[in-house]
Amino acid sequence: MSAEIIRVDGLTKHYRGSGDGAPALDGVSFSIEADKIYGLLGRNGAGKTTIMSILTAQGFATAGSVRVFGQNPYENERVLNRICFIRESQKYPDDFNANHAFKAAALFFDNWDQSLAMRLAKDFQLPLKRRIKKLSRGQLSAVGVVIGLASRAELTFFDEPYLGLDAVARQLFYDRLVEDYTEYPRTIVLSSHLIDEVANLLEHVIVIDQGRIIMDDDAESLRGSAVAVAGQAARVEVFTAGRTVIHREGFGALASVTIDGVLSAGERAEAAELGLELAPVSLQQLVVRRTIKGAVDDGSADGAARQGTKQGDTARMEATR
Amino acid sequence: MIDDSKPIFLQIAEMIENDIVDGVLAEESQVPSTNEFAAFHRINPATAAKGVNLLVDDGILYKRRGIGMFVATGARDKLVGRRRDEFFVQYVKPLAREARKLGISSGQLAEMLGKEIDTDGAPGPTERVVAL
Repeated sequence: MSAEIIRVDGLTKHYRGSGDGAPALDGVSFSIEADKIYGLLGRNGAGKTTIMSILTAQGFATAGSVRVFGQNPYENERVLNRICFIRESQKYPDDFNANHAFKAAALFFDNWDQSLAMRLAKDFQLPLKRRIKKLSRGQLSAVGVVIGLASRAELTFFDEPYLGLDAVARQLFYDRLVEDYTEYPRTIVLSSHLIDEVANLLEHVIVIDQGRIIMDDDAESLRGSAVAVAGQAARVEVFTAGRTVIHREGFGALASVTIDGVLSAGERAEAAELGLELAPVSLQQLVVRRTIKGAVDDGSADGAARQGTKQGDTARMEATR
Repeated sequence: MIDDSKPIFLQIAEMIENDIVDGVLAEESQVPSTNEFAAFHRINPATAAKGVNLLVDDGILYKRRGIGMFVATGARDKLVGRRRDEFFVQYVKPLAREARKLGISSGQLAEMLGKEIDTDGAPGPTERVVAL
């Protein structure tokens, strides 16, 4: 098994001034292994950035412990110079252009690859001599993406690195990420809420909601770990009886129920006999449903968030293998 | 292409299997590398490797040290045999179910099948998904 490079135990964070409000992080524990691509997923305000800030010593924990490369990262150069953290809104000195930023990164990161940086800058059509202050939102994000990839740090955090990037540029980022990671395996933590876009790149998924971890699993075991059963409501009820229901929606005499678990070939055949349709649940749908379910269980006001993501493609799933 | 119906490594394995059954990947020919699969399908390389290794464990592919993955001799027969076993459940049963629903008799169904199989000539490999 891969070596564990991050260990987080009982991490709790209260922001000053949040009063009696809920903590930003509430007893979070997880670990991260070397040379994998992780997805840190969750809604806005779930606590993703807070976790990454504490891991990179840019924020303090209220309670709990954090070990990165086996050490406390706080003011620890031996840990921090192995980490690259690309923030969603990275600030640069006022008179910096992209070239300046790359030079500074080259000084800091031992594995910096200048030719990769130049190639990526060209791919993203980044004006290297224009002051960063004057760049568009997308170009600013591109500067971060270039630094994050070209630094080849042992541990790289991308905190929603795609803001302002159009679909073409985002695809370019994902492609270059896979390419470079394949050639130079390293640990990458990608926070995103464009889950569908990044799902296939991830080896492991950690989902955080309201300061707590609600999913922590291999991406491959999550894929196909839930299934949506649709058809005549009465029959759907019979078929899903006794199973863990993640989500339920109805439409007249029809119902669509998302259940946890993998169906056997026999169960698939049974569903077919009942005239029920089985549809796959994407990672994004799974995260949305689990997140909503959590909110409902908590009984919080926004719990019933009207996020009834429609089961768009009820493509009939064939039993295979 | 890759969808959400099941783990991606299974889908990669199936694509390679399809190519072997169709003859796109001949026995003893080299299979694209894990990294090529990852780049082409935009998936995590570890996932692609898992799919390829599944077929190695199954004896469908074998590894030549330092060169790459190759299709084993006898792989096609093995896969065709397995698929014939699955054919009834996967294709005949749903077909019969739909036919019943539409009131198509078994005679009519047999006639349609006969017409389709005889006139179509070689079932087109063009309809198949080619892995790479």
